[in-house]
This record gives sequence, structure tokens and C-alpha cells, in this order.
Amino acid sequence: MNCIVIDDEEMARVVLEKLISNNKELNLVAAFPNGMQAIKFLNQNTIDLIFLDIHMPDFSGFDFIQTLKSPPKIILTTSDRNFAIDAFEYECIVDYLTKPLSQERFDKAVRKAQLFNPDKKTSQAAVQANSSDPETELYVNIDRRLIKIEYSGILFVESKGDYIQINTEKKNFTVHSTIKKIKDKLPPELFVQVHRSYIINVKKIVDIEDNSVLIEKTVIPVSRTNRDELINRLNLL
Amino acid sequence: MEEQPNLNYIKELSGGDLAFEEKLLGVIRKEIFHEIDEYQGNLKELRLHKASENVHKLKHKISILGLEKGYQTAIDFENELKEGNTSLQQQFDEILNSMVAFIRES
Repeated sequence: MNCIVIDDEEMARVVLEKLISNNKELNLVAAFPNGMQAIKFLNQNTIDLIFLDIHMPDFSGFDFIQTLKSPPKIILTTSDRNFAIDAFEYECIVDYLTKPLSQERFDKAVRKAQLFNPDKKTSQAAVQANSSDPETELYVNIDRRLIKIEYSGILFVESKGDYIQINTEKKNFTVHSTIKKIKDKLPPELFVQVHRSYIINVKKIVDIEDNSVLIEKTVIPVSRTNRDELINRLNLL
Repeated sequence: MEEQPNLNYIKELSGGDLAFEEKLLGVIRKEIFHEIDEYQGNLKELRLHKASENVHKLKHKISILGLEKGYQTAIDFENELKEGNTSLQQQFDEILNSMVAFIRES
């Protein structure tokens, strides 16, 4: 299997290079100190397996995975045991290795990778931005990083002065923008403005009262002028 | 007896490959002093979250140098720094001192 290593620590990369060289099933193609360099590489190269550190400055291993449209098999390598549960959310993750890595445990993870998803041939990792489907997600610029946000994961958007806060099921993103700008970007079949400061995902509504709507546990105000549009969007019995 | 840094893990990994051992120790030597400087600077300026990230990196070196109890101390210290506490600082600094002495000798 052709593989790459992504880890910000040179020491960790040296250890992984040794573990890989000791395993006859693996061919190390490249090693990168950060996810951005790896993404550039993956745009032009096909690989079978990534050894990926989670805890990296600026761009975590999970951020990296989320930028890949069809990620290859991934083995996480980390000093943190706390992320194991998060790892289960990604189908591409084969195994979760905690540092320091032993050859025996490493080899076991490689065997799992060989058996993992046997119907699937080598994956071409491609950056989602290159073939992005405007119907499913948008990218927001946060601290010079383009973060992908799936439309389906957005609960609601709230205006906060010169910023908007995009509340998703996983986390909230504060972005320098306006409600009007994001309204133009969001698919109208999924989102409706219910107040001058709020746009909601209609699929996330729990219930509606006269002048408010409940999205998960958050009560969002509904203005009189927007109420009719909201009601028209509902599949009323 | 107090836990001492050792090369057990590195030697096991190397399988007798001395060039690899020297390469890995060279990288540790190169990185550890910079990481300790950063850690001490962040601690001095009370940037405890940043200091916790330094501890995160250092704890991998602690484990590579075979300090099992030290590794657990580093995990605890990293977590407490994230919460704004520094009660394990002295204990952690002693681990760093023993690592630095070991690296200088090896």
C-alpha cells in the first residue's frame, strides 16, 4: 500500500518512517508536517493509506479529513486518547494508534487497513473545493482557513453586529459577514429568514409558537413580517 | 528509585539500526530545547493554553524516552493547564530536567 504521513512533529515522522520501513506491506511516498501540504500532494497523487496526527496547530487531523471528498484509508496517530470516540464518526478511519507507537500494534493496524473495505479500490483523494457541489455545502474563511460547512448540519444563523454566527450540530462558527450575504448563499428550499437577525434550517425545527421557533434547545424569535413565509414552508396537516 | 529516562523504546524500534537511533536522538535534541523554551515562555506570560500545547508535544518525547510515570504526569499537567491550573508544574519541570540531562549525556 502506498502511504503518506502527516504529523507536525519531526520526531513523530521519523518514528513513523521507521515503522513503515519495517513493514513489507507499506511503501512510504511522502511525509508532511501539516495538512495543507498534504492536500496539495493529494490533488495530484493517489495513495492508499494516510497516517494522520490529530493534534496539529492551525489545521487538525479532523479538519484535514473534512476537506477530502473521497478520503483514502486513514490510521490516526495521536498522543490523545480523548479523540477515539470522534474517530468513529469517519468511515475512512481504520484504526486509532496512541503514541508511543509499537511495531506490533502498528503492524496490526496495517493488517486492518488491508482488510478494510475490500471492495473499494485505491481511493483518489480530492479536495472538495475542486469539485464542490454548491447544493450541499459552503466554505467560510476563519483565521485564513477555509472551513467547510455542510448545509444539512446548520441549525441556524444569527446576526451579531458586523459578524454572523453559524450554529451547526457540531460547533459554532463566527464569520465576518451579514445575514443578507449568507441568505443569498444558502439554499432557499432548506433555509428561511424568520427575523432580521435569524435564518433557520426548516428541517431542524422542533416546534413553533406564535412568535418563536425552537431549534434543538434554542428559542429563535419569529417576526410578524416573516411568520407567514415560515408557515407557508411547513407541511401542515 | 526515581524513574530515569532510557533508550529502551528507541532500541526496540531500531532493531539494532544505529543510524536510525542517532537520527532520532538528533531530532529529539533539536526539538526539545526549543519546545522547553516555548513552554517556559508561555508559562511565564501565563499563556496556559499555549503552554498546554507545548506539554502535549513534550509528552511524546517523555514517552519515547521511556518515562511511563512521567508520561502520565504530562497528561495530567496538560489537562490542568487547559483548566488554568499549574499545580503539577514543579513535578513536570523535574521530568524535563532529567530528560535534558539524559539527552546531553547520550
